[in-house]
Amino acid sequence: MSYLVIRDLSARLKGDGTRLLRGVSLTVAAGEVRGLVGESGAGKSMIGRAVLGILPRAVELTGGEIRLGGTDLLALPQAERRRRVGAACALIPQDPMTALNPVRRIGPQITDPLVDILGWDRARAERRAREVLAETRLPDPDRVMRAYPHELSGGQRQRCLIAAAFVAEPKLIVADEPTTALDVTVQKQILRLIAEMQARHGTALLFVTHDLGVVSKVCQSLTVLYAGRVIEDTTVRAFFRAPAHPYSAALLAATPRYTDPEGSLTPVPEAVLAAVRAEVAAADAGVAGAEAARHG
Amino acid sequence: MAAELTGDGRGGLRRRAGLRLWLAGGWLALMALVAVFAPWLAPKDPLAQDLFLGRLPPFWQEGAEPGYWLGTDSLGRDVLSRLMHGARIALLVALVAGTLTGLIGSALGLLAGYYRGWTDTVISRAIDIWMAFPPVLFSILLVAVIGPGLTAIIVAIVVIDWTRFARVVRAEAMAQGAMDYVTSARAAGRTRAGTLLAEILPNVLPTIVVLLTLEMGIAVIVEAILKFVNLSVSTDAPTWGGMIAEGRTSIHQAWWVLVFPLVALFLMVLSFSQLGEGLKDRFDPVLR
Repeated sequence: MSYLVIRDLSARLKGDGTRLLRGVSLTVAAGEVRGLVGESGAGKSMIGRAVLGILPRAVELTGGEIRLGGTDLLALPQAERRRRVGAACALIPQDPMTALNPVRRIGPQITDPLVDILGWDRARAERRAREVLAETRLPDPDRVMRAYPHELSGGQRQRCLIAAAFVAEPKLIVADEPTTALDVTVQKQILRLIAEMQARHGTALLFVTHDLGVVSKVCQSLTVLYAGRVIEDTTVRAFFRAPAHPYSAALLAATPRYTDPEGSLTPVPEAVLAAVRAEVAAADAGVAGAEAARHG
Repeated sequence: MAAELTGDGRGGLRRRAGLRLWLAGGWLALMALVAVFAPWLAPKDPLAQDLFLGRLPPFWQEGAEPGYWLGTDSLGRDVLSRLMHGARIALLVALVAGTLTGLIGSALGLLAGYYRGWTDTVISRAIDIWMAFPPVLFSILLVAVIGPGLTAIIVAIVVIDWTRFARVVRAEAMAQGAMDYVTSARAAGRTRAGTLLAEILPNVLPTIVVLLTLEMGIAVIVEAILKFVNLSVSTDAPTWGGMIAEGRTSIHQAWWVLVFPLVALFLMVLSFSQLGEGLKDRFDPVLR
């Protein structure tokens, strides 16, 4: 039984009704790492945000369900939903430079979910925070807890955010491009740390990225998105052996390789893009037709 | 300077901010003491007239009378004693009006900037409408309606100046609300009100403090202006604005009646704004 089940999730912009998600379905089992890849604007971050209930104001969900451990989140009242998601899920955000409150010390920012959501007393929460910080291999957790964000480097801050994500032992973590804003050298360490902590804690992980290299290192399964539609849902092993969809194959071929820097920077061919766009349009027409049939 | 050439280039900045904070804070503390203890500190009765001792010069000039340190006005009232008693009203107006304005304006600004939607629409339109009124005429009108007196002055300042806070705080709250740490707090299960108080308010607080001190300076000036146009506290209570108004008529015979309250007013407003700047640096964890 999968821990997170998303079925037929659709979303659009409130203003002009632009469709952002077109009936997305995917699952993440307990302890599984699922990669979510696609171009900019394909809707990968939108899915993670929908799960956590932090969609931008201008976006509204138009259908589908998000089940967390069997409960349909979208059917719950707001407050109950936030409490449940806050206790069971966490976010590793993209940019460690803006994801920590600049005027608050690190310690309280890590212990916040424990104290405010789970109702722990402060001393116990601080002990726990120190443990998790030590797990992220930050030297001198006590000093880090007292530090302000500006006193730490980008990599150190991302370690703090990872500690904050794991501190309440969530069942599911959404990692929203957690290495994009970091130096290449730090990226590798952070990736290894996330993979290691995920394995140790048995957390389900929804890993949003546009980097297939990262996917091959961290994930077991993979969902490829284009224009808010699932193009391919497969295991990482099968994907890298033989992508089933021509668009995913083109995406894989476009991944830069150090061994052949010139030849590997191939864009997705126009013909493939046209085909995938036609596919999305056909699916839209199908949905519209079905709706018309139902109403007519 | 060699002593400041340390690895951290912010050392010099910090020292200057500290000096400014102490000078401004010290002067305001002294003024507060004078205001509180004016009845015991003032050498003379600020209302006592003595027409034989009219327009006495300050102590260092020819013809000064011992006991009247800063001279007397045309009715023979002691300028120093009147200045000390005037500080009471100036500080009272600054503290009460400034704080009330700050509380109301900041609360509305935070709500509008973070909640957006119809809350923002209502508050922003109110700000737009408010700012279309010419402030001086508006305050004169308000005082005329409520009737002269200290309460009317404070009400006028609050009613007119809350937009000053609301506008700036709204913009700041909006910028902070778009930051990732707010999203993270929401994802971790914080309520909107909780996020506003725990995450956004601490980031907006330095701005509010600076505005607050500026507003206190403005309140002192507004009180003086309203007194100058004779719409303030009843005429026998000594205020700096009143003294300036009276001194203006005898500027050629007795400059001290005009100049001393002007200097007191200037120093107090300057101190308030410098205190704000100094406090802002103190609040900033990067400069601390």
